Amino acid sequence: MLKGKKVVILGDRDGVPGPAIEECVKSAGAEVVFSVTECFV
Amino acid sequence: MFPVIKGAAYALFHTPNILLDHGTTQTVERAKNPNSDYLKALPEHLRSFADCVDYAPNQAYIGNILPKSLEQVAKPWYENSRKGANRFGTRGEIMPEDEFYGVMKLVDSFDLVLIEEKFAIEVKELLAKHPAFAGANLSKLDKTSDEATIARQVEAHVAEPLRLGNRLVGCVRQAHDSDESLSAHIIFENISAMASAVVSVRNLFLKAGLDPRAVDYIIECSEEACGDMNQRGGGNFAKAIGEVVGCVNATGSDTRGFCAAPAHAMVTAAALVKAGVYKNVVVVAGGATAKLGMNGKDHAKKNLPILEDIMGGFAIWVSENDGINPIIRTDVVGRHTIGSGSSPQSVMQAIVTDPLDRNNIKLTEVDLFAVEMQNPEVTVPAGAGDVPLANYKMIAALGVKRGDIERADLNSFVEKHGMPGFAPTQGHVPSGVPVIGLAREAMMKGEIKRAMIIGKGSLFLARMTNLFDGVSFVMEANPGTTKQATGGIDEGEVRKLIAEAMRALAESLSDAK
Repeated sequence: MLKGKKVVILGDRDGVPGPAIEECVKSAGAEVVFSVTECFV
Repeated sequence: MFPVIKGAAYALFHTPNILLDHGTTQTVERAKNPNSDYLKALPEHLRSFADCVDYAPNQAYIGNILPKSLEQVAKPWYENSRKGANRFGTRGEIMPEDEFYGVMKLVDSFDLVLIEEKFAIEVKELLAKHPAFAGANLSKLDKTSDEATIARQVEAHVAEPLRLGNRLVGCVRQAHDSDESLSAHIIFENISAMASAVVSVRNLFLKAGLDPRAVDYIIECSEEACGDMNQRGGGNFAKAIGEVVGCVNATGSDTRGFCAAPAHAMVTAAALVKAGVYKNVVVVAGGATAKLGMNGKDHAKKNLPILEDIMGGFAIWVSENDGINPIIRTDVVGRHTIGSGSSPQSVMQAIVTDPLDRNNIKLTEVDLFAVEMQNPEVTVPAGAGDVPLANYKMIAALGVKRGDIERADLNSFVEKHGMPGFAPTQGHVPSGVPVIGLAREAMMKGEIKRAMIIGKGSLFLARMTNLFDGVSFVMEANPGTTKQATGGIDEGEVRKLIAEAMRALAESLSDAK
């Protein structure tokens, strides 16, 4: 589903942070163009 | 011997006018779109002081009700407050904005806070009757300014206003005309952090019976930075706070680490006491003006009151083992290391299960977990979810994965070992520490044996690293003796060992003969 796609990642400190999502989507063949983790509290 | 927690105090500050002028959501909006619908609607959504006091999560923060009892309060909590609640609690207080302005003047050492004459008389009367300010020197409130002088400073943009509705009652002046680190805005922020910390420490003295002269060391752990343009963040809030509250025998320093700073500070305080460097350490933090009304746009859009109208503060007394108060297990400390990894599983493992495993403590043997205790009524409408619940579920899920608990017991684990969020969204304030006071009291009553206090910090917000941070420590009911398994050996045992060694030496000497 993600193979060859460009991905923008918005991670959550108290949910799933950016680097963890990054690893997942990379392993699915996506290209990460932007990744950030935000703190919403 | 493990150090103990001898007291914990908590304070809230109802500051709707500071929210309007200093909350970053509002200041950014005013700069970008001064005629926005949000700014126009905002005043209608502000709460009265009475409503703020009655609000059940605030009552839980100052110790008048248990956070667990929030489960019995119908939602939304802001519509189901019990009227006539007490602003003073068993562990602290909720302070109105006028009194807070008075404290800002009291903590000011550089004549940067100007207050109007009539207001000064009013607030001095209020603080003279305040239990935590009994015997305090209020003479700074005698130095006043006329309204025209204050208005001129504000209009010239060299001072930030202190307002009560439409009434201008004072201002905070810039401390330098070209140093941005000493601008009126930064000075306002720092004096607010200091004033809220001072009220928290004074409540600790009052509630725990701590003599200010007995304090050896103060660790301040807020998220503000004080300094000038050549050393922005040079500090030292701790010593400044200590000076104001009469800790003449103390020194101190500031610990930073975003929301994880209080947990770092507690571990540091415990280590200093255990090592015998200091006997009585106070860990303290005041609140953040910037975070006031942080989620206000969502609250206004959904027709909620602006619930982030409060600054927070706390003060905790760490001391030598007295055989009575709950101990801090300095051998059960969790830390998210640089190499820990950022997945939710690795974070929770590093902070929660690794320190327990190292000491053969099961997840289920921790009666209470103190996570990020943000009030969900603030965060859920803003789309940030129920933060404490998410954290509890993560801990429980890890327990299921490890086989500590059955999958079917996941929700009951959360219910038994957790509690609803009740703390204000003030960054470091809700981070584990709000539970210390109630856990301490529950241990003193024999209701629980063990609690884990967890602090997590978003280091990536400073743009210096992508890393996350987390620290935890375990509190335990005092076994009732100053001798502990891993904390050392008692005097009698030392005597016995020496006697045995001398006997062996004597025997070896007589054998040699």
